[in-house]
Amino acid sequence: MDRQPIIAFEDFTFQYFSQAEPTLHNINLKIFPGEKILIVGPSGSGKSTLGYCINGLIPFAYKGEIGGYLTIKGFDTRKKNIFELSKTVGTVLQDSDGQFVGLTAGEDIAFALENDNIPHDAMHTRVRRVAEMVGMDSFLSSSPFELSGGQKQRTSLAGVLVDDVDILLFDEPLANLDPATGKTAIEIIDDIHQQSAKTILIIEHRLEDVLHRHVDRVIVLDDGRIVADLDAHELVCSQVLQACGIREPLYVTALKYAKAAVTCGMQPGYITTLKTKDAQEALVTWHQSNPKDEGHNENPSIITMEDIFFSYDGVRNVLEDIDIDIREGELISLVGKNGAGKSTLSKLLCGFEQVDHGRILYRGADIKDKTIKERAEIIGVVLQNPNQMISKPMIFDEIALGLRFRAVPENEIVPRVEKVLKICGLAPFREWPISALSYGQKKRVTIASILVLEPKILILDEPTAGQDFRHYTEIMEFLVEINKGGVTVILITHDMHLMLEYTPRAIVLSEGKIVADTAASVVLTDAEVIQKANLKETSLYHLAQMVGIADETQFVQGFIDYERKLKNR
Amino acid sequence: MKAKMKLFSYNTMDTPIHRLSGLTKLLCFLFLTFAVMYSYDIRVILLVMVFSIAILKVSKIRFSQIRLMVVYVLVFIVTNAIISFFFSPEMGVEIYGTRHVIGDLYGRYKLTWEQILYQTTKFFKYASVIPLGMIFLLTTNPSEFASSLNRARVHYKAAFAVALTLRYFPDIQRDYRDISQAQQARGMDLSRKAELSDRFKNALLIIIPLIFSSLDRIELISNAMDLRGFGKEKTRTWYASEKITNRDKTALAISALIFLGTICVSIFINKSRFYNPFV
Repeated sequence: MDRQPIIAFEDFTFQYFSQAEPTLHNINLKIFPGEKILIVGPSGSGKSTLGYCINGLIPFAYKGEIGGYLTIKGFDTRKKNIFELSKTVGTVLQDSDGQFVGLTAGEDIAFALENDNIPHDAMHTRVRRVAEMVGMDSFLSSSPFELSGGQKQRTSLAGVLVDDVDILLFDEPLANLDPATGKTAIEIIDDIHQQSAKTILIIEHRLEDVLHRHVDRVIVLDDGRIVADLDAHELVCSQVLQACGIREPLYVTALKYAKAAVTCGMQPGYITTLKTKDAQEALVTWHQSNPKDEGHNENPSIITMEDIFFSYDGVRNVLEDIDIDIREGELISLVGKNGAGKSTLSKLLCGFEQVDHGRILYRGADIKDKTIKERAEIIGVVLQNPNQMISKPMIFDEIALGLRFRAVPENEIVPRVEKVLKICGLAPFREWPISALSYGQKKRVTIASILVLEPKILILDEPTAGQDFRHYTEIMEFLVEINKGGVTVILITHDMHLMLEYTPRAIVLSEGKIVADTAASVVLTDAEVIQKANLKETSLYHLAQMVGIADETQFVQGFIDYERKLKNR
Repeated sequence: MKAKMKLFSYNTMDTPIHRLSGLTKLLCFLFLTFAVMYSYDIRVILLVMVFSIAILKVSKIRFSQIRLMVVYVLVFIVTNAIISFFFSPEMGVEIYGTRHVIGDLYGRYKLTWEQILYQTTKFFKYASVIPLGMIFLLTTNPSEFASSLNRARVHYKAAFAVALTLRYFPDIQRDYRDISQAQQARGMDLSRKAELSDRFKNALLIIIPLIFSSLDRIELISNAMDLRGFGKEKTRTWYASEKITNRDKTALAISALIFLGTICVSIFINKSRFYNPFV
């Protein structure tokens, strides 16, 4: 190939000044104009750092020692500043809410133009044109609070496209998006790639979701090194994904469970290209061998919500006609798009808000008169961001806080905290300051600080958000243990894998109403519910259809039960 | 989210007042405020107050939006009035130079017409600033205001900081509410039942997580701004800037006239800052 690479790493090494070890080791990578590249890797693999090197945040905002060379469009990046680089590389960061600097979508898109001193009228014309490209032209005067997650992301994308950059860098574009919006995001990125011939880099750990559309190459980073540089088909057939703890597509897992060989010839990189002819027999046999499990939870009810209505402003109901009966020891996921009323429901349970109509019963008794503090002994809530909950410097004190608020004698506090520390696997860190913990460990501390109050029900908001497969599995297996210990667990989530694999029952909210309350396998194979709640069919459903299995739901359920059995063995 | 009309924050509406540039509104606000602050003539002050309430109506601000603020300010100025009476019950007599006693109150405290006029004047002086401030706050688009400040030679980084604060204020407010609810669920008592020292400690337990989660946010914003070229040039343009129109000139002229009028009344009619009906 005699083309010049647009991005070239040569023996590139980077070490943050704050770290003892280099984060990137001997990176050699060439990316050519017009390519679409996916960069995957577990947390701490250095994939975000690689992105920072390309967009100039390293060394502009994060200082460190650079070895080797990185050239972009033939220029050494060390000789360019972040502003010059931003004319070549446009970055869409993962949190599209936090990076929304304008008071309206139009203003946010215009931000780069404002900084370039583009005159007022020319700026408005360009903003309008770019907004049309991403379908945001009728929302230019909307504030970030009026926009959905997907619209905010489109706004961020437009804000980068407005500069006519050569390279678009997406840093975890799927984080914080519901499944359907995430799917649309991947489609928009692909459309822009096809229309504009820009070079596109996507950094993401959710492999299967990005492979909804074609990518030219997938680069796998692990521990600061490139461990694979393959096309999607080769990658999926290789052992690389398991080796570095990245989740392979679910349909590939199903093929492996069915003992069907996964070969490059089957084109298994994308569900749309997969050829199932050779695997058909194995899959059908496997499907038929999976026993139907009709196990039902027959425990007494722990929480019953009867005919609940609620509104914040007295005009629009945020929740309508809610009837839910939760039994002791259940593990439930509560899903639905942003604004469907999921968080409001948990606020009603905790007593942060009061129902307008209807009753909430705990073991048959109305809890209307219980204060927030009293309810906390029944129902504990863990917020999504652990930093929002941690208020003490030491782990022990943080966990003991709720007990101290309740004036529990100190000699009783010590054993209770010790016990929770052990359950949460935090005992070795007892004396540590919280600041020395990783994100996942902090999450455990927040869960521990609620568990110490011995609630009967635990509500967690997006417990695995932003976690790679390994940490996700760790957190979820931990929650399963707690659940087995007798705590009823309710998870508020966007993650369909989580819902499928861990929660036998899913409650789906849409526009404040319950649209489904059934097994996760039923929800994710029901087109109507999927569409209403911004979910996405699981690829297992497509796989079942491709090999002609009529009962797709049972196929999905069989997969889940099989996987559970493997894990419990 | 919640009610359509947001408390204490800019609402997009189309009224003549909303259409004025932010700088114009700031200057008008200053002119009118200086006018009432300079003058101790209750007639002038009441006129300005009536004028500003009329403008409040024009800008379609509802009382429910400003009720809380009005209550706070009223409590403050009433307390102020009572305390200043106790400390200097003869202030009015000193100023106006006459003494018309209405009756005895207690000990050396005697109620005089002079004191009543002086304190009423002062009351309305403060009270008339409320509608002016509310109009400015609720009808000014922060970004557009930032651009006006920049046009008035304030450095754009400082001007942008104003807009950015207003952009993220609701986010921080929401964080605060979430954190406080989570801490209450753990058993924190935020009610008045708790002792003052406990309430202070408890407030810290909300503020610490708030600071840490805000620091994460700040890192993100500053990266996003760097990546899109904020701060590379000595100047910048503004998407939200509005041209100075005749409407702005008219508004400025009216406010300036009111200001000058107030000064003229003091100089030529009252011959002092005080209006004295007692001589």
